[in-house]
Amino acid sequence: MTTKIFIEGLWKTFDTPRGKVDAVKDFNLTVEEGKFISIVGPSGCGKSTLLRILAGLLPPTQGTVKITPGKDPSKPLNSVVFQEYAIFPWKTVLDNVAFGLEMRGFSTSVRYEKAKHWIDAVGLNKFVTYYPHQISGGMKQRVSIARALANDPEVLLMDEPLGALDAQTRNVLQELILQIWESTKKTVIYITHSIDEAVLLSDQIVLMTAHPGTKKVVYDVDISRPRGLETKGTAEYAKLSYLVWESLRDEVVAAMEEQR
Amino acid sequence: MKKQLSSMQKLLVFFGFLLVFNLLFTLLGLWQKIYLVGVLINFGLVVFIVQELSKIVRAKDQKLYEKFLAIGFPILVLIVWEVTVNAGILNARWFPPPTKIAKALWELITGYDSFTKTSLLGRPWLIPQVWREQGWIGVQKLFKESHLFATLYRVISGFLVGSIPGIIVGVIMGMSRPVRTMLNSLMSAIYVLPKVTIFPIMMLVFADPFGEPPKIAVIAIAAFFQTAINTMAGVADVENVYLEAGRNYGANAIQMFRHVILPGSLPFIFAGLRLAIGTALNVIVAIEFVRAKTGLGYLVLYYWEIMVTEKMYASLLLVMVLGALLSGLVEKIQEWVMPWQKGRVIN
Repeated sequence: MTTKIFIEGLWKTFDTPRGKVDAVKDFNLTVEEGKFISIVGPSGCGKSTLLRILAGLLPPTQGTVKITPGKDPSKPLNSVVFQEYAIFPWKTVLDNVAFGLEMRGFSTSVRYEKAKHWIDAVGLNKFVTYYPHQISGGMKQRVSIARALANDPEVLLMDEPLGALDAQTRNVLQELILQIWESTKKTVIYITHSIDEAVLLSDQIVLMTAHPGTKKVVYDVDISRPRGLETKGTAEYAKLSYLVWESLRDEVVAAMEEQR
Repeated sequence: MKKQLSSMQKLLVFFGFLLVFNLLFTLLGLWQKIYLVGVLINFGLVVFIVQELSKIVRAKDQKLYEKFLAIGFPILVLIVWEVTVNAGILNARWFPPPTKIAKALWELITGYDSFTKTSLLGRPWLIPQVWREQGWIGVQKLFKESHLFATLYRVISGFLVGSIPGIIVGVIMGMSRPVRTMLNSLMSAIYVLPKVTIFPIMMLVFADPFGEPPKIAVIAIAAFFQTAINTMAGVADVENVYLEAGRNYGANAIQMFRHVILPGSLPFIFAGLRLAIGTALNVIVAIEFVRAKTGLGYLVLYYWEIMVTEKMYASLLLVMVLGALLSGLVEKIQEWVMPWQKGRVIN
């Protein structure tokens, strides 16, 4: 297996009016190609910062962050599925999904064909010409996921993609993500605060400490694939969820005390 | 326990009040003395009736009812105006009745003022004949005698000359924080200045107090600041997550502007344009009061000077119609440029 993501000695310090604040502290992680990695931590632990550094949206203060390019150098290294959807209200579903391809100069027919394939994969083919304000939150996040997949990146970065959705919609989308991942085997970094989601979806769970964030433990999720919502009924699932929660609880308490 | 009246019963009671009150008021001859009190009480009763009626109207007819109210009330006001003037309660000299104003409006539209050598529309029905006799020069002369064309020309050219650079400067200010802070206080100071006040400066600058350039310049400057400030706010207001998405999906600077920043700030830009067209009309009427021989503002003042009040009101009405048409036009352009806003509340 080749190494897809390599992070070593990563620090991120923000220069705020109230002085310097460490967001991420001495973080190390190696991810193999085709793995689904969840990063779990209490709120404010710097997991979104970490993802933005991986996405190239923020520069690291110190350390190495590398995503290995694939065989095709024209493919983008990463694409982000944002928590707030971040699909453009002024573009139709089709144009939103084709956005990355359009930026990279693909012709209209090629990008629409690819976009339509992924719109179909997330089950939105009836809504191709709709604008975002005409569809629900869950559908918007499907568009956001389709946009990232149509871009065909080396690594898929997901920043709490289901955080803003209600529990039922979340279940449906969890199954969709599982199903898409099983068929594409993309390398995924998945930021979440939901342990259930992390256990259900990932191969590995990276638990982060409270602020400033660093790696606390890594759990291997040995539950067999393909998984589905029925996985949530198994004993291994329950056991691992509890194990992660026990470790996370201390960090949540620490984070709460800091905010007081 | 007290018995509650149904809406239907309440309605009947209010109608009864309305009838009895007006009968008494008229019989006691109070209209001539305190007509304002009568109008106010009648208005109050109409408000109650309209309220109660809305509870009776079925949900599916609610839209129709609202349309009826929106159209019906202005008509009611016009009728009350007509009646009160004809009854000698309001002075017909200062408040000519609507029918008289309508007639004056027709005269304005079709007539020609041989004293000032002007007309409202420039007598477009003469165009074929003049074209044959004098060619393009004759047609131009017709346009020049038109008050409506004069105002429209000033407003639209000033609006275009001002708002296009305004949008460009606004985008630059919105994209760069240092530039924004540098210019912001100055812009805000000029923004609150009533725009007409720079007219004297423009007359000096152009050394042409009666010509068109200073008039157009004032409108252009007003439009410039309105659009620049709003565009700046719009660009600065584009949500960070859209900028991040644009960057992450590989947009270069030009694509970023074209696909993210510009569409993201369009609602603000159009808010600025709507303000600018309103201000332009405001400014031009004020300027035409002071220094003009043509234009709708001039027309209003002219008919006040020669005491033809029904034509004064008719000219006022034309200013209103022009204002509504111009802002309607901006809104139509907005709908066309921003199809994703359809069915959404326009902010």
